[in-house]
Amino acid sequence: MSDLQTIRLHVNGQPHSCAVPARLHLVDLLRDELGLKGSHLGCEHGVCGACTVEVDGRVVRGCLTLAVQADGRQVRTVEGMKDLPDARALQQSFIRHNALQCGFCTPGMLMAARELVQHKPDATREEVREWMSGNFCRCTGYHAIVDAVCEVLAQRNLESAA
Amino acid sequence: MSTIITDKPHAALHDLTQDPRYIGQSPERPSARRLVQGQGCYVDDIVLPRMAHVVFWRSPVAHCRITGINAEFSRLMPGVLLVADGPDLAKICKPWVATLGHLAGMKSAPQYPLAIKRACWQGEPVVAIVAETRAQAEDALQYLQVEWTLLPAAVDMETALDPDTPVIHPELGDNLCFTRSLDVGQVDAAFAGADHVLAATFEFGRHTGVTLEPRCQIADWSSAEQRLTVYHSQQAPHMMQDLYARQFSIAETAVRVICKDVGGSFGIKVHAYPDDFATVALSMMLGRPVKFVADRLESFTSDIHARHHLVKARIAVRNDGEILAFEMNDLTGIGPFSMFPRTSAIEGNQVVNLVGGPYKHQHYRAKLEVVFQNKTPTCQYRGVGHPIACAVTEGLVDLAARAIQMDPLEIRRRNVIPDDAYPCSGISGIKFEGLSHEACLARLEELMDYKALRAEQAALRVKGIYRGIGIAALIELTNPSAAFYGVGGARIASQDGATARLDPNGGVTVMVSVGEQGQGNDAIFTQIAADAVGVDMAQVRVVTGDTEVTPYGGGTWASRGAGVGGEAVLLAGQALRANILRVAAVILQREAAEIELYRGDIIDAATRAVLTPLAEVGRIAYFRSDLLPRNFTPELSVTRHYAQRDYPFIFTNGVQASYVEVDPDTGFVKLLKHWAVEDCGRVINPRLVDEQIRGAIVQGIGGAMLEECLYDSQGLMLNANMADYLVPMCAEMPDIEVAHIQTPTKSSQLGAKGAGEAGTAGAPAAVMNAINDALAPLNAQVLSQPFTPEKLLRALGKV
Repeated sequence: MSDLQTIRLHVNGQPHSCAVPARLHLVDLLRDELGLKGSHLGCEHGVCGACTVEVDGRVVRGCLTLAVQADGRQVRTVEGMKDLPDARALQQSFIRHNALQCGFCTPGMLMAARELVQHKPDATREEVREWMSGNFCRCTGYHAIVDAVCEVLAQRNLESAA
Repeated sequence: MSTIITDKPHAALHDLTQDPRYIGQSPERPSARRLVQGQGCYVDDIVLPRMAHVVFWRSPVAHCRITGINAEFSRLMPGVLLVADGPDLAKICKPWVATLGHLAGMKSAPQYPLAIKRACWQGEPVVAIVAETRAQAEDALQYLQVEWTLLPAAVDMETALDPDTPVIHPELGDNLCFTRSLDVGQVDAAFAGADHVLAATFEFGRHTGVTLEPRCQIADWSSAEQRLTVYHSQQAPHMMQDLYARQFSIAETAVRVICKDVGGSFGIKVHAYPDDFATVALSMMLGRPVKFVADRLESFTSDIHARHHLVKARIAVRNDGEILAFEMNDLTGIGPFSMFPRTSAIEGNQVVNLVGGPYKHQHYRAKLEVVFQNKTPTCQYRGVGHPIACAVTEGLVDLAARAIQMDPLEIRRRNVIPDDAYPCSGISGIKFEGLSHEACLARLEELMDYKALRAEQAALRVKGIYRGIGIAALIELTNPSAAFYGVGGARIASQDGATARLDPNGGVTVMVSVGEQGQGNDAIFTQIAADAVGVDMAQVRVVTGDTEVTPYGGGTWASRGAGVGGEAVLLAGQALRANILRVAAVILQREAAEIELYRGDIIDAATRAVLTPLAEVGRIAYFRSDLLPRNFTPELSVTRHYAQRDYPFIFTNGVQASYVEVDPDTGFVKLLKHWAVEDCGRVINPRLVDEQIRGAIVQGIGGAMLEECLYDSQGLMLNANMADYLVPMCAEMPDIEVAHIQTPTKSSQLGAKGAGEAGTAGAPAAVMNAINDALAPLNAQVLSQPFTPEKLLRALGKV
């Protein structure tokens, strides 16, 4: 396990060069090596979505993706959302709707929601529920999360119509 | 898009403070901004110098004798610091027996941090490996050799008391942990005189909490100071402080428990687990901080389970709809040990107390048997007994309604204890201060447009679409007094405290013994303190979760955070306001009655003119004591405590409804909509309460529809992972409309009752009744949770 691979990647726009064991998962690299604690570990087998991060513009499970798979790629985490208007709108909407309680699922939820906003801007409430169903929240009952995402979709549709 | 519905109060709510601005409103939670930016600080985010990591070898079987532990190869692995077993840890940590004095005859066996000689459930920790990194500890675990021989197991609760079932703890004589009987009124006569008697057997699947953040802690023993600091994802830090002190025979003042952000708790994190004590012991042995974070697989067999009950019950009813009597027998299996320190008999005890709770019948008989078995220990999980009692009660009420062909809403209207009958006692002996069943039923009818929904259901049924409407009335136990644990000898505080301090710049810091695990306690404490003192919310900083900083208190459980902790904050805020005015009066050389504290300024009460800002009061009080009279000392930190002592518990009530569609060909149930009318007294923050109720409802739906810890005949859990253990996800959950009736409790100024568990209490019953309403024309019913497609198809005779 001592064989280290050198990888180069951008995380939230910053270049990093890291020597990592081949078995290291991306989320462990982000949390333990780069100190980005916003991505959380809930199940470590790809079900709960708490570790959801973006690699080259699409969300992945950080617990199923190896760090070496991120070699040469652009990774974005919740810490990098402040640079993105649509992500900031989602964060504001989550706060307004109380779409979070303990906050442990929230970074992953926001990642999934941002991908929805980008790829399915006309999603109906039912489609929002379907899209967001890869992320487990034990606290909220989901209703407020769906409200929060729907509000951002509606706002953006209004803006693009205007 | 649906909207949050917040009603006008049932009874007029008086203003609590002179200038009410925040209580009753939904301002932004102070922690929300931090959490959406991923800047929370959960235990696994904390890194301490020289911190080591522990992993556990857990029993792979339900019951085994440990015949040998060979750690030679593990110790040779890179980074390994320590391998320890049960006897090693027993040298410094005392065993415990979890019983309560007021549960007469209850028994359990001594339990150790790591199993000694034998393991009694699959998942029980047996050997600990500590290494420099988690990965190194896990690697070393692969080289640990534990020899064991299988012992016969008591697996099924139904046969736990049979003579040929092995007795798990021979010194206890049998596998009976606790039993209780209750017989009130003339039950036999009531059943004999009834027009209809409906009997049914209800089953509830064993399930677990699945907090998204697993259980975790860092124990940091300072050998120089002989002091222990534990960073813990926990609900009751003072309880853990007391337990660590006692089990390790160290002074309570030598133990500090810190709870930073907690990633969900729901009762899972209110217990003292064997691996909690093991982690502390390992830190003491190594003189280094040791971190334990359960992985999801071990969470499934080491977090407490709950709710596996088999209830045989019946109801006596007259043709005019009057409910005469309930009778029930409840059997529940709790694993091999009663859980420390709250015990595993509470859940069943609650079922006995709560069955029939909303209704005015005068005859009730109940029997409870709580048995040991070789499965993961069960204990208090959100709702504690309520979902069982509610489903049994409301399932029987619907059976009765169907038998006498009465509308389910109507039979409830005729039988609930009327809103003008309080205070009074329920038939099981529980005391009610003031409930609003009638008002809640009326509000529900309007909220869901009951008549229109029934018409829609009938119209669709003609087309072969099977929709059902289910209703569940409920009561919930909140704001507990010392009757819950203290009287039974458990050192779990029923009171809580708050210290409010004026800071020199005019800000207010409030330290509260009730913590925050996502409910929004930080928000409501900020709101209450801001209104009570008379400052902007932005000026208030709430600090919780540190036994060395906050007053002593119970923490969060039994829906007590708002009602008990909130009242302590209100009292502390009022006292600080009075003290500030005393200081200001001295500084301004005015009578205290002539001035007021208004939105951060001292003003003239008559003219409303600003006299001086709070920051000036703080400046003089703290830095210019030379300007104050020699015989006057400002007291700008005040502590107040509150314990609810008027009733054993302050009950809340509510009613829920579920609308479902059943596909008789596949057995699938689609949850179309859910409604909840809730009376938790004064609503401090409607948005927080509504989402508490929704989250609790979804947790209840999880147990009703999806979640079950499945075991084989050997006592091995078959679905101990998140791919196979199904939790509610977004797509299959319904929109949930919430409305409120507010009947404030008179046991506090604040008038707030708890709101954390009612959702879980009522949702399974509402969903069950809705499914059975849909199935009624097909002459089928399901009473065994979770209501899987397979169970529906069996009920329909299709498989």
